[in-house]
Amino acid sequence: MHHIDQDLFLGKVSGFLGGYFLFVAVMNAVAAFYLWRTGRSKELFRVGGLPVTTALFWLAIAMILTIASAFAFGGTPWGMPLVLMDFADWLMSPVVYTVGSLAVLSLMFVARDFFVRPFVAWSGLNIALFLMGLSMTDQDFYSIVGKPDNVPIVGMVFLLGYFTWLGAYKAVINDRRIANGEEPLEALDKEKVLVWPDLVYTELICMVALTALLIVWAIVLKAPLEEPASAVKTPNPSKAPWYFLGLQEMLVYYDPWMAGVVLPSMVVFGLMAIPFLDFNKKGNGYYTIADRKFAYVTFQFGFLVLWVTLIVMGTFLRGPNWNFFGPYEAWDPHKVVALNNVDLSEYFWISALGQARPKAPSDASTAVQLGYILLRESPGIVLLLLYLGALPPALVLYSRFFRDLFVRMGFLRYMVLSNLLLMMMLLPIKMVARWTVNMKYFIAIPEYFLNF
Amino acid sequence: MASLGEIIRESQIWKSVIRHPMPVDRRNRVVVMLTNFFLHLHPVSIKKQGIALSYTWCMGGVTFFLFLVETITGVLLMFYYRPTLEWAYNDILALRDVTSLGLLREIHRWGAHAMVITVWLHMYRVFLTGSYKPPREFNWVVGVILLLLTLLMSFTGYLLPWDQLAIWAITVGSNMARATPFLGYEGPGAQLLSVDGIDMITNASDARFGLLGARFVGEETLNRFYVLHCIAIPLGVALLLAIHFWRVRKDGGISAPM
Ligand code: HEM
Repeated sequence: MHHIDQDLFLGKVSGFLGGYFLFVAVMNAVAAFYLWRTGRSKELFRVGGLPVTTALFWLAIAMILTIASAFAFGGTPWGMPLVLMDFADWLMSPVVYTVGSLAVLSLMFVARDFFVRPFVAWSGLNIALFLMGLSMTDQDFYSIVGKPDNVPIVGMVFLLGYFTWLGAYKAVINDRRIANGEEPLEALDKEKVLVWPDLVYTELICMVALTALLIVWAIVLKAPLEEPASAVKTPNPSKAPWYFLGLQEMLVYYDPWMAGVVLPSMVVFGLMAIPFLDFNKKGNGYYTIADRKFAYVTFQFGFLVLWVTLIVMGTFLRGPNWNFFGPYEAWDPHKVVALNNVDLSEYFWISALGQARPKAPSDASTAVQLGYILLRESPGIVLLLLYLGALPPALVLYSRFFRDLFVRMGFLRYMVLSNLLLMMMLLPIKMVARWTVNMKYFIAIPEYFLNF
Repeated sequence: MASLGEIIRESQIWKSVIRHPMPVDRRNRVVVMLTNFFLHLHPVSIKKQGIALSYTWCMGGVTFFLFLVETITGVLLMFYYRPTLEWAYNDILALRDVTSLGLLREIHRWGAHAMVITVWLHMYRVFLTGSYKPPREFNWVVGVILLLLTLLMSFTGYLLPWDQLAIWAITVGSNMARATPFLGYEGPGAQLLSVDGIDMITNASDARFGLLGARFVGEETLNRFYVLHCIAIPLGVALLLAIHFWRVRKDGGISAPM
């Protein structure tokens, strides 16, 4: 990263940041106006006997943001306190990031009745936008988040946040209604309308709005074009297109044949299999969580945790040599990270049994060599066979939930479902094994390119 | 005096094309849906629920719109772009510096990013409303293939500017194919496929070679990706979209509570 003089840099971004804070301020002012006019404004708390309503609250926030905007336009935008930035960089690591995302999403799921409240969700949005505005004054943060190809990903994160909220918001309302013996909201309006004009006009308006958006986006943000291709100058880091960065992140834990071929194929196959595995008749045609909790949680885990957060990490937090960097850390290509990962067979033979790993005599035939390799790797092979073969029946025997599934699905469908779930869990399992005991490969057969 | 509009609408030419009066009353609003080729994709009337933005998020529609934008801007880009080592990069440069209205590439690139995002959001919505459940299982499967093709379209297009970003992203992405079990020359099991000690899977015959048309990302790859990007994959997408839309209607329209 080429740092320029910080004052020069602030001069460059201050115009953008001024507009940015002004935009967020207007957003809040409009929200306040809307709450006030529609009479939805509620009392939050009292200050010295005077009621502070939600409308007033967001108006105050809008004013603070306007001041932030004025500072930015004046060339001295508010920035993140240095202590906080250092703390974030120090705290962040693949473990903290991944486990943290999972923890936050789980908390939101469990306490969804609280988090879907418009006031809470709107606060969350404001905090995110505000922190992002402050962070933009950091050159390292700015250079990565502001990279033209990364801007869509920032947009995606906000869109996903919004739509996850919207889906959960409607689901919470519906679940409450269903619990009271009422129909879901979607069932209330059975009226039919003519497609011309109702749908055709909506489509037309959408198209015009989208065209305008694309044109503005294209004017504001130039498409990147780097130096002409050169087969000898490898950039560091070399990254796949952003939507495959989750797969590239998996390369940290699995070899390419797993991360790049087997697991992605399983994702596609698993997605296609969903309608044939989910036998639950409820939850068709309306938003709900309570009516299909298992399906909801499984999908969100796969999509939000394993797919999206890994893409975000691969895009924003992985730098040269695919090393991990905090959000405000300079991408130093010389950063050295010690790798001392150990294979399961080493743990088994050398650490646990205190002997050398089995090795065929050098003049042995291919078959004998293969036998020795299998013996050497037998701990991992046995574990894998148990995991995929014995765990599904064991779950049926010892878990009421899986027994019900088995009874209702039959042998074949149950085995497909459970093995897909187990395939999905291979990634988090390897992550945890890597973080806790430096596990390199459960099965390491480099002789045949079969490392697992 | 008849107004100009009336004269035009009463003319034989106009009537030969548009076979119905203005859709201002109920009857003609039905007729327009039935007689117009493009509109007959839609039903005549629809449950209010099915057009509620807060229900469908309009994400399938937005994705389709972006596909159309990509098709139009893509055709225009093809006027200026030659997929050869000699010209590819220079043509992109010229698109930026020389061509008037130099926004084509921007719209095409941002539209492509947006399309990937909106397909995901569309899938997300379909999942959250349980719309893949009977009778819509097959349309979900068609959708998954569309998702895959959208990613491949974007991936093959990524190479075409032929700059450092392009070839290294494709190199990183396609290196995976080298490790395909049995079919990649560094994949598990590939050594087993040998006849009389002669390997059948080499770096000049494996899955990666099939993808790139060469041992590394080069001119053959550029040509191959160009054809895939501009012709093969879009044709596949168009066909599947036709099936997808047809099935939305045949499966009873947008899902709703039973
Ligand atoms: C190029 C990509 C795609 C396009 C252009 C597209 C377009 C559409 C459109 C316009 C609709 C009508 C309703 C709506 O807008 O939500 C629809 C419905 C549907 N789509 Fe897609 N789609 C695409 C990909 C997908 C994917 C990836 C999936 C799932 C994996 C999917 C599954 C479905 C299903 C099941 C329906 C019926 C939904 C219902 O009845 O509520 N589609 N699609």
